[in-house]
Amino acid sequence: MFRGITFIPPDTKIDFVGQRAITWFVSAFLTVVPLVLVATVGLNMGIDFQGGTLIEVKTKENPAQLADIRGKISGLGLGEVQIQEFGAPDEVLIRIASQPTEEEQQASIAKVKEALGDSVTYRRTEIVGPTISSELIAGGTLAVVVAMIGIMIYVWFRFEWQFAVAAIASLVHDVTATIGLYALLQLEFNVSSIAAILTIIGYSLNDKVVIFDRIRENLRKYKRMPLVELLDRSINEMLSRAVLTHVTTLLAMLPFLFFGGEAIYGFAVAMCFGIVVGAYSSIFVASPMQLILGVQREAFSGSTSPAKGKSEAAASA
Amino acid sequence: MLHFQKWKVILVGAIVFAGFIFAAPNLIPSSALQGLPSWVPQKQVNLGLDLQGGAHLLYRIDEAELVDDWLGTIRGDIRETLRSNRIGYVDLNKNTTARAVSVRIRKPEDVDKAFTDLKKIAAPVGNDVFGGFAGNDIEVTKSGDKITLTATELGLNDRISSAIQASIETIRRRVDAFGTTEPSIQREGRDRILVQVPGVSDVQRLKGLIGETGKLEFKLVDASANAGEVALSKKVPPGSELLYSEDEPPVPYVLKDRVMVSGENLVDSQPGFDSRTGEPVVNFRFDAAGAKRFGRATQDNVGLPFAIVLDNKVISAPVIREPILGGTGQISGNFSVQEANDLSVLLRSGALPAKLSVIEERTVGASLGADSIESGKKAAIFGMILVVAFMFVAYGLFGAFANMALLVNVALIFAVLSLMGATLTLPGIAGIVLVIGIAVDANVLINERIREEMRSGKSPIAAVDSGYSRALVTIIDSNVTTLIAVLVLFWLGSGPVRGFAVTLTIGILASMFTAVTVTRMLVAGWLRWKRPKELPL
Repeated sequence: MFRGITFIPPDTKIDFVGQRAITWFVSAFLTVVPLVLVATVGLNMGIDFQGGTLIEVKTKENPAQLADIRGKISGLGLGEVQIQEFGAPDEVLIRIASQPTEEEQQASIAKVKEALGDSVTYRRTEIVGPTISSELIAGGTLAVVVAMIGIMIYVWFRFEWQFAVAAIASLVHDVTATIGLYALLQLEFNVSSIAAILTIIGYSLNDKVVIFDRIRENLRKYKRMPLVELLDRSINEMLSRAVLTHVTTLLAMLPFLFFGGEAIYGFAVAMCFGIVVGAYSSIFVASPMQLILGVQREAFSGSTSPAKGKSEAAASA
Repeated sequence: MLHFQKWKVILVGAIVFAGFIFAAPNLIPSSALQGLPSWVPQKQVNLGLDLQGGAHLLYRIDEAELVDDWLGTIRGDIRETLRSNRIGYVDLNKNTTARAVSVRIRKPEDVDKAFTDLKKIAAPVGNDVFGGFAGNDIEVTKSGDKITLTATELGLNDRISSAIQASIETIRRRVDAFGTTEPSIQREGRDRILVQVPGVSDVQRLKGLIGETGKLEFKLVDASANAGEVALSKKVPPGSELLYSEDEPPVPYVLKDRVMVSGENLVDSQPGFDSRTGEPVVNFRFDAAGAKRFGRATQDNVGLPFAIVLDNKVISAPVIREPILGGTGQISGNFSVQEANDLSVLLRSGALPAKLSVIEERTVGASLGADSIESGKKAAIFGMILVVAFMFVAYGLFGAFANMALLVNVALIFAVLSLMGATLTLPGIAGIVLVIGIAVDANVLINERIREEMRSGKSPIAAVDSGYSRALVTIIDSNVTTLIAVLVLFWLGSGPVRGFAVTLTIGILASMFTAVTVTRMLVAGWLRWKRPKELPL
């Protein structure tokens, strides 16, 4: 009978933590460069966070005459206007800067519709007033912070504080790297980006918890093994699982990059990137952090012996 | 491990069966569903506005206008109270920023009496948790000869609440007249109303219909003033006001301040056609009080023009040819058929208590929605095929077990979504796909653990047994962390993003059942049947 292919041999021994001099540098790079990118290039803020108007149209002529549309709209005195092709040659995205009041914002849409007349059909219209955009910024930031704190508390409760700190540090790494990708590719940063970041936080942590679980198990099992060796052993033991699970999730998400349509493209890019970065940070950030934080073996050398592994949850709480 | 209690097997089987039964209607076109007998489950997943097209409009009520109206009422009440008690007063002033009206009493000996009388204007607001007395809507204070009536926070909230309630009723009548299916109109936060109308194509018209205050007034034209001159000089005679028509360019009218009759006295309005010209018009009917007032006013002013004013814009200004005593009338104003229809809806539904402005609008056309469904479906099916193929390649028979569980998982998601009446959005479809990734992760964990246990020399049954029990703790831990993030997302998000959180939550919970319990039963059944010497893993 077909047993399936073992992609990662069970006796794999890569000294991940041993290479930490290099990987610390890479991790720092992945954390700092995005911040620099955001500070210099900046994020392509969508109307969710900036306020403004977004109109997606399909033109009757194919391909769309962007210059013609630009000419018609820039004469309306609506401030900054962006016009770009969107997905297909006859689909155009028009972005108009936020107007001082909500009434003027409504009026701007009417003006655009008048200027374009029957030459286009309207596929999507979004207007976000200044009140809503500032609320969305506050809500989005709060959500990311609350999620991080909630996760930290859970990990602290289920493991030791060192694991919680390591988890948060690696999540910060994942989040900044993802935001950096948004800045680098100039993907629109909007509410669904926050959704992507929150999902990446949840998913990436999922992976860290699995490795932490194994580290905890091994700390009980091998009381005298040096920590570097123990961490490497734990990672190698979970390597097959880590690789396979990320591959399956990536396989599930990838088609959205190609067939999902423009509306979800940015989300799909961020998710795919986040899955990979999360896998990296589990191995190269979350685990070696234990060295710095100094996991207390005493915490695990308590009542339960490894043979009675079933009660490990109770012992660690 | 091998022996499940019978009731457990039956329960799991029943859940799986129910999942498929309740998910099934989503595979059948809704037209075909209607022909089926009523005992067949027919509930389908609701599609979000981003998938079926429609309008999402978030309105905010104009709080300043409400406060201003209220202060006006308070000022009127003060005047009335003091006059009927024959108390002399000066400096009756509205202060909008302080949300207060103040008055000075002329004679010092009247102050106490006035204070007691004015206190009666305040009314209790009973909206604390137990429905009891929470405080007054107005606070009355005095210092020296000055008495101040301040609108309290409690009173203001109460006003906003009732204005929102009234607005929702009005909007509902207007949207219903628009003839769309299942609009949702609900309060959001303190001063907002969210209107969601699926499948609407002419959003501009919908917005016109909802956002119009709809305040109708009949006023006499001030015949003593020349409107053209007043418009230029801006010197409006006292007791009159300058208003414009909606024409291009606007025509000025000088109207008497006093309202002959207002839209509140209207009981019905219907679109129709003028019997002589064939032009679209709006026919209306007053209630008894309105008919009486309108009759008297027209009787006294035969031969003079009056104006029909909607939201401070003059629609038309006909001359009164004869007294209108029957309480019915006609508004004509060069309307198109649609305009006449919309105006009659507006008048029939009553006026909004205050102006509403759109603070967020998201509209998706039906064609884009259909495209999104297509691309979402395609991506999801591809993703699923890739995962299923990969799982089989990686784990063989055990991968196939996981794949069967995956199918159950997807069915359960659709069943729960359908039964809950939850909404499926495009990000929601991505959520389902992500669940597919997360669900097989549980099986990856279990299978890897079983392989490890086998390598340490355990028998197939023992390996499977400890593989499942040891992986379980890890699976729960890792899923809880994902759930924490997703619940935050649910709390934060609205519309499409919330749809993502919903499918992800349902999916993760379902995956704990399918990826663990269902596969475990499949594996156990297979082990009992084959009794293999070693596992094909």
